[in-house]
Amino acid sequence: MSNTKRDFAPWADPAARPLVRFDQVSKRFGATTAVDRLSLDIYEREFFALLGPSGCGKTTLLRMLAGFETPSEGRILLNGDDIASVPPYRRPVNMMFQAYALFPHLTVEGNVAFGLRQDGIARREIDARVNEMLALVRLEGFEERMPDQLSGGQRQRVALARALVKRPKVLLLDEPLAALDRKLREGTRFELMHLQERLGLTFVIVTHDREEAMVLAHRVAVMDHGRIAQVATPAEIYEQPRSRFIAEFIGDVNLLEGALAAVEPERVTIESVVGRLIAADAGEAEVGAKVWLAVRPEKVRLSRERPQAADNCIGGQVSDIGYLGDVSIYHVRLRTGVMMKATAANLTRMVERRIGWNDQVFLSWPREAGMVLSQ
Amino acid sequence: MTTAKPTPSRRGAQRLVILIPYLWLLAFFLVPFLIVLKISLSQTAIAQPPYTPVLDPAAGWAALKDFFAELSFANYLSLAADTLYLSSYLKSVQVAAFSTMILLVIGYSLAYGMARAPRRLQPLLVTLVVLPFWTSFLIRVYAWINILQRDGLLNQALLALRLIDEPPVWLATDTAIYIGIVYSYLPFMVLPIYAALEKLDESLLEAAADLGCPPWKTFWLVTLPLSLPGVFAGALLCFIPIVGEFVIPDLLGGSETLMIGQTLWTEFFSNRDWPIASAVAVVLLIMLVVPIVLYQQFEARQIERGR
Repeated sequence: MSNTKRDFAPWADPAARPLVRFDQVSKRFGATTAVDRLSLDIYEREFFALLGPSGCGKTTLLRMLAGFETPSEGRILLNGDDIASVPPYRRPVNMMFQAYALFPHLTVEGNVAFGLRQDGIARREIDARVNEMLALVRLEGFEERMPDQLSGGQRQRVALARALVKRPKVLLLDEPLAALDRKLREGTRFELMHLQERLGLTFVIVTHDREEAMVLAHRVAVMDHGRIAQVATPAEIYEQPRSRFIAEFIGDVNLLEGALAAVEPERVTIESVVGRLIAADAGEAEVGAKVWLAVRPEKVRLSRERPQAADNCIGGQVSDIGYLGDVSIYHVRLRTGVMMKATAANLTRMVERRIGWNDQVFLSWPREAGMVLSQ
Repeated sequence: MTTAKPTPSRRGAQRLVILIPYLWLLAFFLVPFLIVLKISLSQTAIAQPPYTPVLDPAAGWAALKDFFAELSFANYLSLAADTLYLSSYLKSVQVAAFSTMILLVIGYSLAYGMARAPRRLQPLLVTLVVLPFWTSFLIRVYAWINILQRDGLLNQALLALRLIDEPPVWLATDTAIYIGIVYSYLPFMVLPIYAALEKLDESLLEAAADLGCPPWKTFWLVTLPLSLPGVFAGALLCFIPIVGEFVIPDLLGGSETLMIGQTLWTEFFSNRDWPIASAVAVVLLIMLVVPIVLYQQFEARQIERGR
């Protein structure tokens, strides 16, 4: 496979031309600004995720690309051409709608063939392409069914087939898995990923589910209040978030407020509310600035005895334990009253917990585990 | 004690609830229909009631046999023999069909505009469509006489706009009948179509556009097919009463050709020929039941397809 997640990184190549470019795009509805001077590049064959809380403008961005909304300002370029004046029915872009929007008066076959029929393609070719697409989404034998004779998962696959059959330059997916139950959703994620790799198309997905975005996408754009907070690969977003908002939106995090005291190579000192902390990298922060040290709970080690030679070590008392089966989440109250979270994998079958409620424990983490955030 | 099994009295109450509509239909539709059917098989008589034979259950078996022997289809044969009735029926169906078509065009456009209007305006628009019902139907038809007179509002307006030099005659023409019918029945066409269009999921139209449909084609391929149940309901709600319409053609129409409602009225009240009038009514009913049955079959098919 040439297009694996590992070696695919056109955004890092200065010579690469983006397939889609949002150039200072704004969209206002009356007094509210849904999208605010946003610029973004999406590359060919990329699986791109727009992630954010509801109302952050991600759906508006997608709808502008589909042509259902026109930007108030700025340009949207597809292959270098401004598509502002191109109506939705002439854009080489197809959308999979959130509630699927299948035509209730048409069969599965009629739904999937709908787009091809508008292009005046010969009947034989339409049949061939519809059959091929139905085979791809494993819906052979369902051609004559009506949409309301299908299960939720089958409807989702019809919607996908209908949007893919025209071989769009960009496939837009608006919360494609939101209506499925959890188990089906997890299986479908991988199917969607394989489908994208196999067809070599560009996918842009809108989702509020961070797991979905991280599993599926090459790059994730985290959006907040109509702006992009960060665009990066899932790992970068998780390990190097640019702000507290991103750190908190992408997974659980401990945020410890403090002031940057000293910056030396490989050693950054922070005077925080819980004492002196050490990190490896100060990021953009300068000495004296107000910063937050962000530490992911799974990177915090929990022990009864004070560990030897730990970069950061704080004592506290276990106040809550959340048992999730594979991992347990420990809520630890520090002496200063601050609560910290630590997760520990339950690697062995425990009959009795090693660490229980109200136990005195030590939390420790290496300097590389902490991220210094200044925003 | 189990709670799942209804007690006998509760089951009886449930049956009664189901029975009520049937009893209603029996008392106010089937029985009157049978009476009319019976009168249509009788002969006129100068008597009270004005027909023979009269059913007298107290007279015994022999009288009952005589009663049935006297019934005949003679009235139906005379309906078929006289072209007056045939032309009345044809006229009625023709007026009903043509005005239903006009109503469809105007009603669909109105309903479409209403369904596309801003959400907060829609209740007001529905009220405006229903508003004429607050005035008596008869008064509204009389008002049209005033408007359509030689020196009425319509001619005055046309003269003022210099669209005509000579005021044309509107009253006592077919045009006046069509104007009156279209005006009176428009809400019955608009409301079912509006109900169907208002339910239409906006994202379906976006999906069609996304798949390459220009707006006019989206209308043809998505909006219209999905609003067909409303179109059929509206067409039936208009067509059936228009066929039997009496007031509008009587007040606004001419006297050359009569609609079946007028013929029926004449037979019943002027000629006091109850049997012929009843036969006219029975034939009309059969004519109207056919499209209803057809529509129900269409609807059943729709539901079947949807399953």
